[in-house]
Amino acid sequence: MQIGVLALQGAFIEHRKMFEKLGVETFEIRNPSCLEKDMDGLVIPGGESTTMFKLLNDLGMVERIKTLIKNGLPVLGTCAGLILLANKVENYKRSFLKSMDIIALKNAYGRQLGSFKTFGEFDGVKKIPFIFIRAPYIKSVGSSVEILATHREKIVAAREKNILVTAFHPELANNTYIHEYFINIVTESKH
Amino acid sequence: MNNERYELNKELAQMLKGGVIMDVTNSDQAKIAEEAGACAVMALERIPADIRASGGISRMSDPKLIKEIQEAVSIPVMAKVRIGHFVEAQILEALEIDYIDESEVLSPADDIYHIDKTKFNVPFVCGAKNLGEALRRIEEGAAMIRTKGEPGTGDVIQAVVHMRKIMGEMRNIQSLREDELFEKAKQLQVQVDLLKYVKENGKLPVVNFAAGGVATPADAALMMQLGAEGVFVGSGIFKSGNPKKRAKAIVQAVTNYDDPKLLAKLSEDLGEAMVGINEDEIDLLMRQRGE
Repeated sequence: MQIGVLALQGAFIEHRKMFEKLGVETFEIRNPSCLEKDMDGLVIPGGESTTMFKLLNDLGMVERIKTLIKNGLPVLGTCAGLILLANKVENYKRSFLKSMDIIALKNAYGRQLGSFKTFGEFDGVKKIPFIFIRAPYIKSVGSSVEILATHREKIVAAREKNILVTAFHPELANNTYIHEYFINIVTESKH
Repeated sequence: MNNERYELNKELAQMLKGGVIMDVTNSDQAKIAEEAGACAVMALERIPADIRASGGISRMSDPKLIKEIQEAVSIPVMAKVRIGHFVEAQILEALEIDYIDESEVLSPADDIYHIDKTKFNVPFVCGAKNLGEALRRIEEGAAMIRTKGEPGTGDVIQAVVHMRKIMGEMRNIQSLREDELFEKAKQLQVQVDLLKYVKENGKLPVVNFAAGGVATPADAALMMQLGAEGVFVGSGIFKSGNPKKRAKAIVQAVTNYDDPKLLAKLSEDLGEAMVGINEDEIDLLMRQRGE
């Protein structure tokens, strides 16, 4: 199994370390040629969504990534990754990859003073660490989207077919559950 | 600041990695910076080159300016306070700034004490020329470190010196025996636990950016290849001939810092770089402020 981690900006090394702990190989995606490698899953990490999209655009990677996702490539988007994948970002002037039927709210918990850590239930599993850093949440989801986690009635993790998103940062936590969950999606998709 | 808050503050810096933080003096520049792909902006009234040119006392920016910039962009907004000026820091915290830079670019307010950054909930970034300075700032509560460089000169030499020094000293720590760390801690005036972290991990316990004198995509890539986790660009962008194009090129250069072919393309036709001054032509060495 080979997971490509988008490495344009943000916390991509942290994701690679999580997969390393689980014995899964990863590689960094920094330019269009990296997208042609054998890839079983894609991670869009936390960072600044506007920066990442600007780089995707300038480096000519947007259409290829959209096509890969549309064709069923499993993708995990965390925080900024969630914003990039959303069909719509309600409080921002534009949306980005428009791959997932969700409406996201950017910086939904305010500025850095609003960042927080808590524990929550993810797909019925209790006590998963939720680390929110200037995080978004999901305001609403389409009918094909499964809600996997909420925090104070706001949706903070969801799945639509091959796409898994979290508003929090599993890559910063001392818990590999979300990454294992994603690996299962990748394994399913290979059968 | 409790430990959990400190972790969250260090983690925000992790989200900025691989990015470019740009100095801006108004909301229009902030928008240009965001459009160009900046991962954060530093709000200040005058960029370092102008502070140098006009002299006088340089202070925290007008809160009105900071609020306008906060309104204009969705990326994190940072702002500077004078070294030791904890009330300026209290004011910025009240404005819910995302990061405070306790900065040698402004006139120091205290020639002995830095701000006790553990008393704040907002994160701080501080400058350092060497490992001891970096670790002392971390001990005081800094959640992010940057090289000092020599701001406002367009001359990258000091940023290079500081980054090489910090990286080299960390390699040296890794080569020491554990029982030698105690003596080293005394020399550097830091807690031995911080040195243990450096020995085990080969890096600072917080994110480390380059700053001071970065003016071209090549400068930015140089700093990344020397071990920076991201880059601050101050005067280099809005003092150049074509800020938009240069900003965009520097952002791409930080992502693809080890791709010389792309760097060649990015460096092409950027218009005039900031004129720059050599450090032997200047009277004021900002990097010597605050040890």
